Amino acid sequence: MFNIGIISVLAMQTWLGIPIRPEPGSTIAEGVDKLHFFLTGITLFFTFIIFSAILYFAIKYRRRSENEQPAETKTHLSLELTWTLVPTGLCAIIFVWSSSLYFANSRPPNASMEIFVVGKQWMWHLQHPEGPREINELHVPIGVPVKLTMTSEDVIHDFYVPAFRVKKDVLPGRYTSIWFQATETGKFHFFCAQYCGAQHSGMIGWVYVMTPADYAIWIAGGSKGESMAQAGERLFAQYGCNTCHKNDNSGKGPSLTGKFGTQQPLKDGRTLLVDESFIRQAITNPNSMPLAEFAPVMPTFQGQLNEEQILQLMAYVKSLGAQERKAQ
Amino acid sequence: MPVAEVTAVTHGQGSSQHAAQHVAHQFVDADQQHEAGTLGMWIFLVTEIMFFGGLFAAYAIYRGLYLPAFEFGSRLLDIRLGTTNTAVLIASSLTMALAVHSAQTGKRKALIAFLLLTMVFGATFLGIKAHEYVHKWDDFLVPGLRFAPTEALPAGVTLPNLQLFFCFYFFMTALHALHMIIGLGIMTVLVIQARRGRFSADYYAPIEISGLYWHFVDIVWIFLFPLLYLIGGRY
Amino acid sequence: MSTAVAEVPVATPVNYLNAKYGIRSWLLTTDHKRIALLYLVSITFMFFIGGAAATLMRMHLITPGGALVQPETYNKLFSIHGIVMVFFFMIPSIPAVLGNFLVPMMVGAKDLAFPRINLLSWYIYVVGALFTLYAILAGGVDTGWTFYTPYSSTYANSHVIAAALGVFVSGFSSILTGLNFIVTIHKMRAPGLTWFRMPLFLWAIYATSIIMVLGTPVVAITIVLVALERLLHVGIFDPKLGGDPLLFQHLFWFYSHPAVYIMVLPGMGVVSELIACFSRKRIFGYSFVAFSSLAIAVISFLVWGHHMFVTGQSIYAGLIFSLLSFLVAIPSAIKVFNWTATLYKGSISYQAPMLYALGFIGLFTMGGLTGLFLASLATDVHLNGTYFIVAHFHYIMVGGTVMAYMGGLHFWWPKITGRMYSDAWARFAALLIFVGFNLTFFPQFMLGYLGMPRRYATYPAEFQVLNVMSSAGASILGIGYLIPLVYFIYSMRYGPIAGPNPWRATGLEWQTPSPPPTENFEETPVVTEEAYAYAQMAPPAAVAGGNAGG
Repeated sequence: MFNIGIISVLAMQTWLGIPIRPEPGSTIAEGVDKLHFFLTGITLFFTFIIFSAILYFAIKYRRRSENEQPAETKTHLSLELTWTLVPTGLCAIIFVWSSSLYFANSRPPNASMEIFVVGKQWMWHLQHPEGPREINELHVPIGVPVKLTMTSEDVIHDFYVPAFRVKKDVLPGRYTSIWFQATETGKFHFFCAQYCGAQHSGMIGWVYVMTPADYAIWIAGGSKGESMAQAGERLFAQYGCNTCHKNDNSGKGPSLTGKFGTQQPLKDGRTLLVDESFIRQAITNPNSMPLAEFAPVMPTFQGQLNEEQILQLMAYVKSLGAQERKAQ
Repeated sequence: MPVAEVTAVTHGQGSSQHAAQHVAHQFVDADQQHEAGTLGMWIFLVTEIMFFGGLFAAYAIYRGLYLPAFEFGSRLLDIRLGTTNTAVLIASSLTMALAVHSAQTGKRKALIAFLLLTMVFGATFLGIKAHEYVHKWDDFLVPGLRFAPTEALPAGVTLPNLQLFFCFYFFMTALHALHMIIGLGIMTVLVIQARRGRFSADYYAPIEISGLYWHFVDIVWIFLFPLLYLIGGRY
Repeated sequence: MSTAVAEVPVATPVNYLNAKYGIRSWLLTTDHKRIALLYLVSITFMFFIGGAAATLMRMHLITPGGALVQPETYNKLFSIHGIVMVFFFMIPSIPAVLGNFLVPMMVGAKDLAFPRINLLSWYIYVVGALFTLYAILAGGVDTGWTFYTPYSSTYANSHVIAAALGVFVSGFSSILTGLNFIVTIHKMRAPGLTWFRMPLFLWAIYATSIIMVLGTPVVAITIVLVALERLLHVGIFDPKLGGDPLLFQHLFWFYSHPAVYIMVLPGMGVVSELIACFSRKRIFGYSFVAFSSLAIAVISFLVWGHHMFVTGQSIYAGLIFSLLSFLVAIPSAIKVFNWTATLYKGSISYQAPMLYALGFIGLFTMGGLTGLFLASLATDVHLNGTYFIVAHFHYIMVGGTVMAYMGGLHFWWPKITGRMYSDAWARFAALLIFVGFNLTFFPQFMLGYLGMPRRYATYPAEFQVLNVMSSAGASILGIGYLIPLVYFIYSMRYGPIAGPNPWRATGLEWQTPSPPPTENFEETPVVTEEAYAYAQMAPPAAVAGGNAGG
């Protein structure tokens, strides 16, 4: 009876032209949908048997006289064990399936194209390494894995693309990342999915998935300005970083050439990987991680640089490593 | 009608007329009341552990993240005053235990004396704490309100992280002090009641239960003291 | 204590309602039954405040651009709806109203262990409610009931501290209530009432009280930290000052996940009582149902991270929380199967309490199963922060707990007031609520899967039809909730007088007059039977003074 209701809602949806699921637009979408529909099936199945059992018993055993005396209930250990172990088994299956899907979906492929995202109340700034910057829009090519590295300028936001089945919180003070590979061209919603204040529901935009050819044209058109690395290089000089971080290690700070991706020893004996988080922390809170062999005299730039500028500096530092390797 | 007379049991506190006077109407006898009261206090102490526990958990996380700042902040606290306070509080637990013992053995004067002594120790603790707080104010070490330490910060210590340490110092010790003030209030009531002859060897549950509370407050300090004062490694 | 119209006019017996008159006798009462009624009035008031916010929200959402209010106001509406409903309706409801009334009676005692603390907990509730009402009237709070930092601690411009204080204070009401129940159940059971002879409602209340006592203090201190951060501009949760916003979430959810079990466990206890009585059978698998309550209480403390799967926390942490979240579903499934099995070869009648109980089982099953979608990591990524979550928890809290609460109110109403209400109207209202509820919240599952985020004041146009469906359902639901208000109040004056046991139920509470005398029992009862001894009960012809129900 209840399931007739569910099915009629679904039928009505289809008749009204409302989709049951978002258009699958990424490589992981079908996998997630399969699991989702399996879970829907389980829900419908168990709801059906419970509702049916209730209905059946309620009618069959309805009270016909006030003098009825139902027999004493006996405990039924085998029945109890069955309906304990079967759901447990079912949950175990779902857990294993879901977790392996989740693990696979969490690891961006190595050759991912990177895009840098800064969320702030109440808009999204997205920057391509080649230079083009977008507000509330993201152009990507189809069939290429894309990794978004994201941070927030203020409160916690969340980047959610329903069609791609990806979502991740975007936090202030640190980087989170997601990846996707689009399988359909077209435009797809993205939403902020973590309440962030007044215009939370206005913090939305579109992902435009283009053919590789169209994308190449688009990105060339937008790259008249500087790339992220070039912007970073400019900031590096503008803020005087190059007075201490000289290429030949003659300054107060270490040379940054080839540093990205290496292990850096600290004064307290630990070593840390020089990744995005390391660089961000070095810029905003250098005294929290004094380096071995260097005096802790770097000033903090928190408040002077916004998150986008920090990402540009990071692109520059990464490019120094790349240059070094190219030279060899 | 209370069933106390009918079901009187001759062990613990249940037996005498005096005890029966103090059995609340919902209880069957004084034994049940005593057990209920004690269990109630233990459960309440468990909630207090969870209450302080949240703060201890947050402290543990930030200390892990910002160890140099926490160690430096710890060294800025006055370890002599902290140690003195620890001794004072342990002494007050002793006098509280002696107060409970006096009540159990029906010694009214000793009970009142030890309660008053416990209160004196408690007040001393609070006085020393207040003195420390004033010191911190003078040294510009009060987070949010007046935080501008003049000391040079060693490597690895940033101002926000040091302020975080002092947030924990003030929040945790203030919450503890609040519990002590409440304890002093409870003891005031007990002293007044004891002077009116409310307690005897047959009926001393409120003293015992308040003793549990006071010991708990002491134990919280036993954890606070090393975590706040002793992590600086100055010895 | 009977219903019979006597030839000689009989003076109305003295019961807890007429024992003393005057407002002081109510505001200074230590009688658990009167305190239960004080709670009933206050939480009903708060329910309608939270309901008003919901009404405005659903009216606003019938158009994509928002039909009624500015986004800032909408944000305040959903925040107020959540705060009021969670902390001032759902968490107290069954424990503070039905629990307070019934626990002493079910254990065969004259009152709870600490009656004055019981009264204190009501006053604390009222103070908390006043803080929250002040926050609403002064302009509202817009952080959501979850108070996520750094928005709540640094950026929000609304009355966060007042609302936080309201929540903080109300927590102590919860703690004291739980403490009272635990001590009462441990220490004040009547002779012969062993643990395994207790009604399952007591097991459920006991498990709930454990959670109340262990979890609430943590959220209390967390809320205080947010308030202090706002006040002093320090950086406990603000990354710009070295703080960690996720630490707030861990501390918050450490309580707030178990809190949802505070909200549902008592409902499960009520359902056990109703199913047993209206099938006239002992609950199938009594000890399994009892232990599952305890299992839920324990495991509930281990799953909080499933609210944080998309925060960027370690995927291994996600794995562990996911596994445990699946585990916590199993005891609930066990209960559903046992309740259903109880109906087998029972003698079933369909008065309003039973309709609510059966509705609970079906809707809780749906709500619980949709929880699996969220325990499952891969699907939670897509569904978190969407209307799927909203639908899931409303199925459990409204389709579950509120229906159980209504069922319990209808079941014990004659005991509480000595009057019976119109069962025809009650059944009609139950049906309206069931239909309205499903129409309101089922479309939200679809909305969530399609990608509509929650807490959105405006939305893309393609989501409109489902939103309109949901709002239509909400109007039916609202009417359904108003109808009982009318017939309950009417019954207090004009309803037929109910006898001590109109439903012919087992349980100590039905062995006293309706309404009960202040001291509950003339003499301390002695228990010699198992719970739900329906098979041993004499048929109605032999029972003096009992009104057959319906």
